[in-house]
Amino acid sequence: MNGLKNSGIGRFTSNIIGLRDSFLKSFLREGKPTTDLSRTAVMANNFFLHVQGAKVHINTLRPGYTLGLGLISLYLLLITVVTGILLMIYYNPSIENAYNTVKDVNYVVFTGRLLRNMHKWGGEGMIISVILHMARVFYTNSYKKGREFNWIIGVALLILTFGINLSGYMLPWDQLSYWALVIVANIIQSPKEVTDVLGITKLFDIGTFSKELFLGGLNAGKEALTRVYLLHIMLLPLILFIFLGVHFWRIRKDGGLTKPEGFEIKDSDTRYISGQERKAEVFPANKTYGLMELVKAKTPAVNRDIENNVLSWPNLILAETAVFFFTLAVVMVYSFYINAPLRELANPLIPENPAKAPWYFLGLQELLSYSAFMGGVGLPGLALLGLALIPYLDREQQQIGVWFSGKRGKYIALESLVVGSVVLIGLLAIVIKYGWLRTWWPDIPQLFIILINPGNIWVGFMIIWSLFVIKRTDSTRMGAIALFTMFLLSYVILTYVGTELRGPNWAFYWSKSQWPLH
Amino acid sequence: MSSETIDKTEISRRSFLSLAALWSAVLPAIALLGGIFRMVKPDVHYEESIRFRIGTAENFPVGTMKKLDDKKVFIFSTDNGLHAISSICTHLGCIVNITEWGFQCPCHGSRYNQNGKVIAGPAPRSLSWHEISQDIDGSLVVDASREVPAGTVLKLKA
Repeated sequence: MNGLKNSGIGRFTSNIIGLRDSFLKSFLREGKPTTDLSRTAVMANNFFLHVQGAKVHINTLRPGYTLGLGLISLYLLLITVVTGILLMIYYNPSIENAYNTVKDVNYVVFTGRLLRNMHKWGGEGMIISVILHMARVFYTNSYKKGREFNWIIGVALLILTFGINLSGYMLPWDQLSYWALVIVANIIQSPKEVTDVLGITKLFDIGTFSKELFLGGLNAGKEALTRVYLLHIMLLPLILFIFLGVHFWRIRKDGGLTKPEGFEIKDSDTRYISGQERKAEVFPANKTYGLMELVKAKTPAVNRDIENNVLSWPNLILAETAVFFFTLAVVMVYSFYINAPLRELANPLIPENPAKAPWYFLGLQELLSYSAFMGGVGLPGLALLGLALIPYLDREQQQIGVWFSGKRGKYIALESLVVGSVVLIGLLAIVIKYGWLRTWWPDIPQLFIILINPGNIWVGFMIIWSLFVIKRTDSTRMGAIALFTMFLLSYVILTYVGTELRGPNWAFYWSKSQWPLH
Repeated sequence: MSSETIDKTEISRRSFLSLAALWSAVLPAIALLGGIFRMVKPDVHYEESIRFRIGTAENFPVGTMKKLDDKKVFIFSTDNGLHAISSICTHLGCIVNITEWGFQCPCHGSRYNQNGKVIAGPAPRSLSWHEISQDIDGSLVVDASREVPAGTVLKLKA
């Protein structure tokens, strides 16, 4: 029977029998990840995994350090991409059909409502997770040692997250979409407020020009919907993914996540060691030397860094998978119970009262109600510039990778939280109770309103307070902590005021139940 | 001028040519980007004309006000004549409502008096007064692209 075995048919049969093994071998190259070598190879050879190192520092695996926030942001993005592509099957971006197709998705299409909810809440969840991720990176002092530029990329990703969310908000073409579009278009036009004051609008009307570029006309109409749709599904995601690639690439090039200098392992860390080595100590003393120890260059210190690294497969991959399923579960359960809003068809004649932007911009809308230019362009621009410059203005290289850079930082953060709350809430109370300059002097020129309004005063206070902290503690890091804490605080407080305490005509109400019926 | 300073300002043929080559690459790139931006600015507006007819004077008896919703304008008829006030809030473009004190914007709380002058809120400018004219056939024409000073009215020929 030897002849049959060596015949073409015989070899073909054995190929079929061995299909599973030969396919796996071609896929994994180094075989199943059962030894340290093959576990390393699986990370290095896989296109999707190789952006991460074959080894990972134990500090990175500690849930209390990263809180998984960067990963959660990434997974939320993936969820919105998948659900977004599915929604595009039915959505039609024209003012005649947009509203009806979204309604169909909501009420007729199989699982349509769940997908739309997941898309909406996944996207808005990204805003929260990205801001929290930024806060984690900031408070653990992780924007230093070559990571300065990656912080800026992160700020750009935050802006893109806001932009994609906002452009998506306009697509259903219901009342919320339409009036958000009108308001955004006018914010884009708001530099006109300044050119008007300077009297140069006739020569240089940058505001109206930008508005026309955005809307494709002078009013929000079908041209505008096409442009917003293009921004939402093509231009902004494209830029987002490019920046995301750079963001991840630079994390790798910067040597992974930050870790505290005096990092200490625990006994329980033996769980990260796989297979036979587990019987030995956590990190066996009989170490081998590689090329790394021979080359004269900046290498990890012997007996320190190298030893606190463990294999990424399976430790990191398991943790990442767990975070993914956690994120997916939260989004699905939330979307199952909470519906994304859909109002009546857009009506250019009747604004909603109050006409509110999506919640993540209601803090800005509160500032907008003082001055369109400062609230919509001036102050957000200043805040983003300030955020981007943090790593360049605070260059102290101590206590990297330590939450709040130690005890004093915790105290400063708490102090700024209390002082900031008192000042901001006090300021808002004055504005709500007594009004502002125009209430007192109705004929006041617009220039004064642009220059002196509650938003500017608050930002001015934040800057002066941070300088005061720097002077008192003799540390720029402490000043940065004060400034950043107040920035987060003002985002939360202003968003709360805009969302819950502002009713029809943007008047103050303690709760929605007090709104007048109309 | 000493000869040394002249030496410094002199440019070698090699670096002149390099610079010229560099700029001949940079300038087209800028022009290209400019062209892309210009392409984005629309040359056709798919919108209704902002100069429109509103019928004859009989439609507007003295002492009345008409709100033309789709044209976003209020037409007032008084003893002095006719005037048109825009209903677009100068803050962020919401449509203002008429109230006992004048106009009120529902979006961010701007208030205007009966002449459209800002009296409260964030609006940077007063509501604009549009030009009204009477055509040769007697019909009234509002031109929303032309602003007239507040208080300008169209006296109707009797």
